[in-house]
Amino acid sequence: MIKRAHGFPGGVHPDYHKELTAGLALEVPPLFERYVVPVAQHIGSPAKVIVDKGAQVFKGTVLAEPSGFVSVPMHSPTSGTVKSVKNLPHPWGPSMLAVEITADGEDTPDPELPRLNHETASIDELRDFIRQAGIVGMGGAAFPTHVKLSPPKEKPIDVLILNGAECEPYLTADHRLMVESPEKVIAGAGILAKILKVKRICIGVEDNKPDALSALEKAAAGQADMDVYSLHVTYPQGAEKQLIYAILGREVPAGGLPMDVGVVVQNVGTASAVWDAVANGIPLIERITTITGRGIGRPGNLVLRIGTLVEDVVRWRGGISDDTIKVVNGGPMMGMAMSGLDVPVLKGSSGLLFLERDEVEQYHHYPCIRCGRCVDICPMKLMPCIISYYTENEMFDEVESLNVTDCIECGSCAYVCPSSRILVHHMKMGKAEVIVRRRKKAVS
Amino acid sequence: MSTNAHPISHNLLVSASPHITSGETIPRIMYNVILAMLPVCLVSIYYFGYYGIKVLVLTTLFCVGFEYLWQKMLRKPVTISDGSAAVTGILLALNLPPSAPWWLMLVGSFLAVIIAKQLYGGLGYNLFNPALVARVALLISFPVHMTNWIQATPLFSGVDAVTTATPLGILQTAIKTTGSIPPEVMAQVNPSSQNMLTWFTGHMMSGSLGEFSALAILLGGLWLMYKKYIYWQVPVTYIGTVLIFSGIFWMIDPTRYAHPLFHLLTGGLFLGAFFMATDMVTSPVTKKGLLVFGVGCGLITCLIRMWGSYPEGVSFAILLMNGLTPLLDRWFKPTVFGQRKLYEETK
Amino acid sequence: MLEAILTLSGLAILASFGLGLAAKFFAVKVDPRVEKIEEILPGANCGGCGAAGCSDFAKGVVEGKYAANACPVGGPSCAAKIAEILGEEVRASEPRVAIVLCAGDEDQCGNRFDYNGIYDCNAADLIQGGFKACTYGCLGLGSCARACPFDAIVITDKRLAVIDRDKCVGCGKCVPVCPRKLITLVPVSRKTHILCSSHDPGAEVRKKCKVGCIACKKCEKTVNGEGISINNFLAVMDYSKDLDGFALETVCPTHTIQRVDQPALQESEKTA
Repeated sequence: MIKRAHGFPGGVHPDYHKELTAGLALEVPPLFERYVVPVAQHIGSPAKVIVDKGAQVFKGTVLAEPSGFVSVPMHSPTSGTVKSVKNLPHPWGPSMLAVEITADGEDTPDPELPRLNHETASIDELRDFIRQAGIVGMGGAAFPTHVKLSPPKEKPIDVLILNGAECEPYLTADHRLMVESPEKVIAGAGILAKILKVKRICIGVEDNKPDALSALEKAAAGQADMDVYSLHVTYPQGAEKQLIYAILGREVPAGGLPMDVGVVVQNVGTASAVWDAVANGIPLIERITTITGRGIGRPGNLVLRIGTLVEDVVRWRGGISDDTIKVVNGGPMMGMAMSGLDVPVLKGSSGLLFLERDEVEQYHHYPCIRCGRCVDICPMKLMPCIISYYTENEMFDEVESLNVTDCIECGSCAYVCPSSRILVHHMKMGKAEVIVRRRKKAVS
Repeated sequence: MSTNAHPISHNLLVSASPHITSGETIPRIMYNVILAMLPVCLVSIYYFGYYGIKVLVLTTLFCVGFEYLWQKMLRKPVTISDGSAAVTGILLALNLPPSAPWWLMLVGSFLAVIIAKQLYGGLGYNLFNPALVARVALLISFPVHMTNWIQATPLFSGVDAVTTATPLGILQTAIKTTGSIPPEVMAQVNPSSQNMLTWFTGHMMSGSLGEFSALAILLGGLWLMYKKYIYWQVPVTYIGTVLIFSGIFWMIDPTRYAHPLFHLLTGGLFLGAFFMATDMVTSPVTKKGLLVFGVGCGLITCLIRMWGSYPEGVSFAILLMNGLTPLLDRWFKPTVFGQRKLYEETK
Repeated sequence: MLEAILTLSGLAILASFGLGLAAKFFAVKVDPRVEKIEEILPGANCGGCGAAGCSDFAKGVVEGKYAANACPVGGPSCAAKIAEILGEEVRASEPRVAIVLCAGDEDQCGNRFDYNGIYDCNAADLIQGGFKACTYGCLGLGSCARACPFDAIVITDKRLAVIDRDKCVGCGKCVPVCPRKLITLVPVSRKTHILCSSHDPGAEVRKKCKVGCIACKKCEKTVNGEGISINNFLAVMDYSKDLDGFALETVCPTHTIQRVDQPALQESEKTA
């Protein structure tokens, strides 16, 4: 049975534009010639490259090893040779260390891929296997999954929430996954629940995806510990804290993590990747990415190898229009605008959005007219307009006292701002400065 | 490999997220406010004909003109097209007596746009509502011209303009001179069904241009609320406070204090509650702050009307609360998500 | 009338007693030298010395926290007077001046993308690592100029920060503000500077910027390795050695090394 979740305070209702791709089945592109796998694709320390220039690699061969606890390995997306290991353009910034691979076209899987019998494996083995498969949160933030699966003893977890809200406009990657392979999501959730030893699994999906809801309900039928929740269509319903509040009514304390209220949230895409890894031995080398927007020739939901270059995808999908002015890695609300198309698809790339000139927000330096809309809709109940004013004037003590560090950068404030103020940019800057100051204070 | 491998020739645009907008803009808000004031303007033109048109048009032109001149002089970008100067102009016009001479409008527009708005840094930075600053400054400086009320006469009725006092003025003079409400005034201020109807739809007495029809103001106010340009908090608490406060005193002594509905529907309360206290720039940004703001306006209005030396207190009340707005923003912050007690309860 | 006069004068007498007593009992002992030094100081409260302001500095100097010549604005004459008050020997210190180690304006070094955000270098640096092709170069949004208490930094119309050497007193306030750490303080007599901070390999630099250091080592050879070292694809000057005599600006093929003593550039900027 599908349960109805509560809402959460605040939020906005942007135009979703999901009709562009919601009905399009997953497509697999042909093999491209060149792949670029950066070592930094997740939150945490970048992986350490272990292959040399000229080395022969197979599909799934480890290219880089984790360099700390909050770090995961990178795998080769296809078979071929390592062309170079150097700084190459990256979606997050000018350039970062990456392994460049020239594909041989054979796509031979690595014969030495580790396998695991997930039915007999211990919890620690499962968790380690998920880490070795390079799995990170697939929703966009790309936080290493095994870290979330290792809650400290003093924080007991009783609920696992699967996040299928996909509240970002335009994106339909999770939607297609839930419609086309709900059984993988459910099975992956089972593995995650086993590792966390939780009795209750909740799956939250926004009710603008009725086909996904019914597919999941069918796949989860007969599992007593699993509830499918239909969520209100409000952005940012898929933000962890808002999702927990909507489903369980628990409020994650300010500055805290979901585990503080006994919850772990995982994206549906992550669950599916976990299943692929433990059951089929496939490390995280591909993901579903929605390629969409008015600017792209043929929008669609693609199964892309991680490391695929955006320009290759663009060429395959019919090129982009001359008016395309913004290319976003992720959704339009929280995604990162990229400076070029010579960058690879990352583990966290849930979408590639091509926006034309007349549909993008052009930020101005208009003064705030104190309309209070941002205060009204802020899902974290902050005062973005006042924080932005203080950041502008470099009054960072005030910025800190207004809880800027609780900002989740969902972008709702800037979305509604009639003065087109760069509120999220102000929040980011305020946050960065406050964190630097706190660190300085801690040192002295 | 080149760094400009994308198949488009121009540089891409990069900014912080989000990359889409709700399409809401300052001009859109301002033109909606002007639209919402249209019914009131039409009513005032209906009652004052030529006088109404003259005050409305001239004041608006003066305000826009001053803004244009100021920005040209300081070589700032000219922003008259955003409609904010026009809104100030129309609001000021609605706050002037229909008999106002042209120079009074000119001085008022100067005070509103230059002194109360541009000197503070322009739109968004002014602490006080520009139209109200102008009205109060004019009221104090030119009390004769500002209280030279003429009797409202429906358009085309052919009656000459007759000077008369406002309902609130009649009431105050009566109470000051006799200590209670005399019977002939009582007939005017008690809420008989006849009185109620004229007060609500447009009373045939006198007052500022925008004080004539609560109905027309309500129409505009509801439109703004529907469009979410103003929040219900201010008008409801403001009008509610006046209703309750004056109601209490009316119940104590109906011979000394007028009926609450009289307070509600005559004078500038509706205009103030829907169009001036709700001014975004000069009211708090938080819901809690807005509630307190409304209650404060209501209390001060009642205090001035009942015991002050001016018959009308709406402008003073709103200006005083404008001054408190920064403090209200500081005192009544929303509770940050995750800082409520709720967490302990559910766990 | 009389009553009023008596009351008021009585009050006045009482109050003056109170004040007198308070001054005696709660007196804070101030070293007389602190006041004297404060008088000498320029009073700009720029914070260039590291103290919170001029009076804080005066206190610190007497306590021995700061050196007598630590005030960058006052210069040698001020240092001499302070040393005299403290009874110390006058130590000469050469005044310093700030320099922006980047010459890549918009003509020399292009942009990777069109930036739409806060007009501030630190903010711009948060978005995709800055819009400039070179990730080490000056963003030219003027954060340093806004931090300068002496109006000594000009942002040219081609988006490059340039120090006005006439106005710069070497307080160093601009140094920590720059997100790319391009500004350093150098002795005022040094005229030759390597105006690049890019650690990119030469080939990369050539692609991005016309005046970037490509680490060709010509300057290093010219000075025989004394005073210039190539450090991670960048020539770095050791300012303790005077290299003005080598005419390095004629040696450098990319014109990264320039003589910066000309008021010529500044004049043109001022009129621009």
